[in-house]
Amino acid sequence: MVPLSWYIVLSAVVFSIGVVGFLIRRNIIIMLISIEIMLNAVNISLAAFSHYLQDIRGQIFVFFVIAVAAAEVAIGLALIIALFRNKPTLNVDEINIMKW
Amino acid sequence: MSFLNLNFMYIKPIAPELIITCIALILMLLDLIVRRKEVIALVGIIGTTLALYLTFKVYGLAGPQTVFNGMFVLDGYSSFFKFIFYINAILTICISLKYMEIEKAAYGEYYALLLFATAGMMIIASALDLIVLYLGIELMSLSTYILVGIIRHDTKSNEAAIKYFLLGGFSSAFLLYGASLIYGLTGTTNIGAIAAFISEKGFAGNQMLLLSMALFTVAFGFKIAAAPFHMWAPDAYEGAPTSITAFMSVGPKAAGFAALGRVFMVAFSSIKVEWSTVLIPLAVLSMCIGNIVAISQTNIKRMLAYSSIAHAGYALLGVIAGTNSGLSSMMNYMFIYAFMNIGAFAVVIMLRREGFKGEDLSDYEGLAKNHPLAAALMLVFMFSLTGIPPTAGFIAKFYVFMEVIKTGHVLLAVIAVLFSVASAFFYLRVVMYMYMKEPRGEVILTTSAPICIALAVTALIVIVFGIFPSSLLDFVSLAISG
Amino acid sequence: MFLGIKACGMPGTYIPSNYLPILIILIVATLVGLTPLILGVLVRPKRPYSIKLSPYESGNPPVGDTRYKFSVKFYIIAMLFMVFDVEAVFLYPWAVAYDKLGLYGFIEMMLFIFILLIGYIYAWEKGALEWE
Repeated sequence: MVPLSWYIVLSAVVFSIGVVGFLIRRNIIIMLISIEIMLNAVNISLAAFSHYLQDIRGQIFVFFVIAVAAAEVAIGLALIIALFRNKPTLNVDEINIMKW
Repeated sequence: MSFLNLNFMYIKPIAPELIITCIALILMLLDLIVRRKEVIALVGIIGTTLALYLTFKVYGLAGPQTVFNGMFVLDGYSSFFKFIFYINAILTICISLKYMEIEKAAYGEYYALLLFATAGMMIIASALDLIVLYLGIELMSLSTYILVGIIRHDTKSNEAAIKYFLLGGFSSAFLLYGASLIYGLTGTTNIGAIAAFISEKGFAGNQMLLLSMALFTVAFGFKIAAAPFHMWAPDAYEGAPTSITAFMSVGPKAAGFAALGRVFMVAFSSIKVEWSTVLIPLAVLSMCIGNIVAISQTNIKRMLAYSSIAHAGYALLGVIAGTNSGLSSMMNYMFIYAFMNIGAFAVVIMLRREGFKGEDLSDYEGLAKNHPLAAALMLVFMFSLTGIPPTAGFIAKFYVFMEVIKTGHVLLAVIAVLFSVASAFFYLRVVMYMYMKEPRGEVILTTSAPICIALAVTALIVIVFGIFPSSLLDFVSLAISG
Repeated sequence: MFLGIKACGMPGTYIPSNYLPILIILIVATLVGLTPLILGVLVRPKRPYSIKLSPYESGNPPVGDTRYKFSVKFYIIAMLFMVFDVEAVFLYPWAVAYDKLGLYGFIEMMLFIFILLIGYIYAWEKGALEWE
């Protein structure tokens, strides 16, 4: 059995990759993907804890996270398309009518 | 079928949520049939009023009722926040009818989404389980993202929605990571059980617990727009349709406070010292940045956005006090803030007309000459936001500061009062523009019956609760006791 | 016990012997795939000319760039697909536990599907499913 700590470390590493990706990349799609990476890092740790504790609740949580993440991506893409129709760019630095 | 009857008993505590959700679904279908948006808005208001009545009927009567295996609770605390959400939804519908036509974005989905967001907030207030809390937050946030970007042909609205969406999603991920850590530590997602487990095992100094608390702070900080997690707020508030700015400066903020109060006061009750140490800089920074940066703003929506950051700081003081009465002073604050803020935005909306934004501070010059009543109402709301005595804003601030002093944070109260004085500069500047300057051109107000009703109600509440605060305080104390 | 693997202590002391065949299969499969390729590179004569180097030697010459811009319609369909598709995530656990949930679970799932149906009707009537 792979020890729990490995999963926790994996999850922490993946989460950090997501955070760093969100903060340093300037493409909206990549930033969206980074958020998804963060959510999946959470899924890893929830599933690992769920198995470690022999408690089903963590896996239920994962189901909800997956479903909500899908809705979130759909809305994100819709907003990006709406923006793209008015202003064809995906770089957040160019989305600057208002100051950040 | 005793088995079925039993389960229908379970449905009773969530009746208001069910009504709001059903009405939202009906509105979506109604939009396909009915062309007149007034009908949709009216159905929305009626549905929300019905839910309000149901919540009012059980308010302060019985103790907490939990359903769905302790995942969902109906208690005074959640009911009180639900009142804020209902009022927020109804007033927003009232002020947006005419306005969305002017913006050429009179979509029927708008009202459905408002109610979906309200349902999400209600679920947050009632959530006793981290899974339910997450679902509520996402239902609220996802609906609000769309509402911010609903003026599809306006690049500013698109931009605001994208920024709000990206940072909102980012903060939700932090919330989830915190939830997963605390689940791993305690083996449960139930907020009550988490508290019991922590105090039983003596996990109070556990690093994972502290990390989880920090992650929750980040996530809630984003939701309530407290500095340093406020970066999205000015842009999202400025770019969003003004009615939605009013909606999201009250609803999601109050919902964030509801969740913050529940999670920190119950689940993290054993590390009260630690989290109040984390929240104090947050509150001070919010008051500082909100009030100082607002001074240099020329766009009134952006100015009110910074003011809402500052108000998040004041309300945080109630949570920092860490007592039940501190919590009730925070609830009191959010209740009054809902009225005064929506009222101020209603006046802002009235200035908007075809081909004229009316968002610049200079547009208010000499408003009192042409429209004395509108100017007088704006004066009341600005006084209340500053916290000048005969208005409700003073009562709100007074009780929060008092609770903070009671728990020994005298310095914090002094800082809050100082920033409160500083805030008078930019609030009263609006008043000065209205009353002391000559009108530059003719300002035509766009009035309609619903917006007049909304203004009358908000102004009345702000003045009445300012003069007779005891009835409101009794009402709030029911929330904590019942 | 999970999938026949026993729990054991420290990282490093752990040998997943049950997975050994899979590892061997992986190595063998990689070798089987790589050997002919490497052999081919070593043995075959190299006399390239432009027709031979085209992607489909005996087919049509390729036209245009492969990085073709998709119409925005695909995105709308994709978004709708994603939302409705992921809801199946809730159907699987429900189906597995169907016996234990009984009538109450059945009614709840029907309500869930009914709400999805409202979303579907809405999308349909708004013209999100129209291709032209």
